[in-house]
Amino acid sequence: MIIALSSQGSSLESAFDPRFGRAQGFILYDTESGETRYASNEQNYDLPQGAGIQSAMNVVKAGAKAIITGHVGPKAYAALEKAKVDVYFSAAPTVSEALEAFKQNRLTLAQGADKPGHW
Amino acid sequence: MRIAIASGKGGTGKTTVAVNLATQLVKEGYSLALADCDVEEPNVHLFLPGIVFQEREVHMPVPVINHKTCLGESCQSCVYLCRFKALIWMVDEVMVFPELCHGCGLCQEACPAGAVSDGARLVGVLRHNDTNGGLAVIDGRMRVGEAMAPPLIREVKAQADSTGRDLVLLDCPPGTSCPMITSVQGADASILVTEPTPFGLHDLILAVETLRQLDIPIGVVINRHGIGDNRVEDYLAQEGIPLLARIPHSEEAARAYSRGKLLVDTLPEMKEIFDELWLATQKLLPATTEEPHA
Repeated sequence: MIIALSSQGSSLESAFDPRFGRAQGFILYDTESGETRYASNEQNYDLPQGAGIQSAMNVVKAGAKAIITGHVGPKAYAALEKAKVDVYFSAAPTVSEALEAFKQNRLTLAQGADKPGHW
Repeated sequence: MRIAIASGKGGTGKTTVAVNLATQLVKEGYSLALADCDVEEPNVHLFLPGIVFQEREVHMPVPVINHKTCLGESCQSCVYLCRFKALIWMVDEVMVFPELCHGCGLCQEACPAGAVSDGARLVGVLRHNDTNGGLAVIDGRMRVGEAMAPPLIREVKAQADSTGRDLVLLDCPPGTSCPMITSVQGADASILVTEPTPFGLHDLILAVETLRQLDIPIGVVINRHGIGDNRVEDYLAQEGIPLLARIPHSEEAARAYSRGKLLVDTLPEMKEIFDELWLATQKLLPATTEEPHA
């Protein structure tokens, strides 16, 4: 399974990005092989609107079945829900610490958006 | 003829100028429409107690996808072309987020299968009163939660034009972004209302630059004259922008305003000030424009 973690840089040691739609990029972690890959989100992070759903489309196209991020709004959540992507929230300082928390079952599965919509 | 009453800064007195000028001109025999284009917080009606409006809902078109005729993953033209990022491809179909749509219709144009049709999003309520003697009044109230003002503003302006009055006064929203630009577009001249303070000047300059881009002739009214400093007048002189009138700052004016009273009904000196303002405004218009007659 591929997990997308919002990240401010291209490695596991990068700072975890609390934003989903306007994350700098995503670390795609493959739970079977343990391999990681970086997908830049630069086409979305400065969009005037719609960044959340565009990021949702892109992580789903990249094969993610779960995401770990700081916050998700209602439109992005609706898009992720349609793709049956699990959403986990974390406030970890780095991507590797967020991933470690996930592996130790310390993150709880989100039941909805944690932020109101905005434009 | 359309005159836009605008400003960069909020709270400078656009509505004060609009309702007082409208009332004064109606007394002098003009037939005019006053359109409150600030659909995010309309306030013209506060100065016209007892006014009764007819109301109608205003919608804008948003896409509805026919998933049976949609060509699917191999196409995605609508998803790629939407400049407002209102559509995404998710798993096995196009998902529409109508609240992000600006109603441009490109998705419908682009769909090779004709699978995109018009739905509707409620943007607000338009209100109008065309029975109040020489003055027709139009405003709009945006739906709470709606993010886009321009579609409703365009309806308010169209309704004002449809009254067939000699003159349309457009009370515009503050700022220099889409709502303000939508409101001033098509005006024959613009009255910019400012206050003689550093904040007033800063935002006035933004408004001047915007209206110059739009090729709309401008003049300036200084409201609350007597506070602040002379920087606004220095700027106007330096830029060659006509100063149309000075409305003096007074406790009486503030008191009348806060009670929803008109300055021209309350303070004797205001009649002359608004007459002068109107004379000076007419000089902004291109020479070929006929003056509306009383």
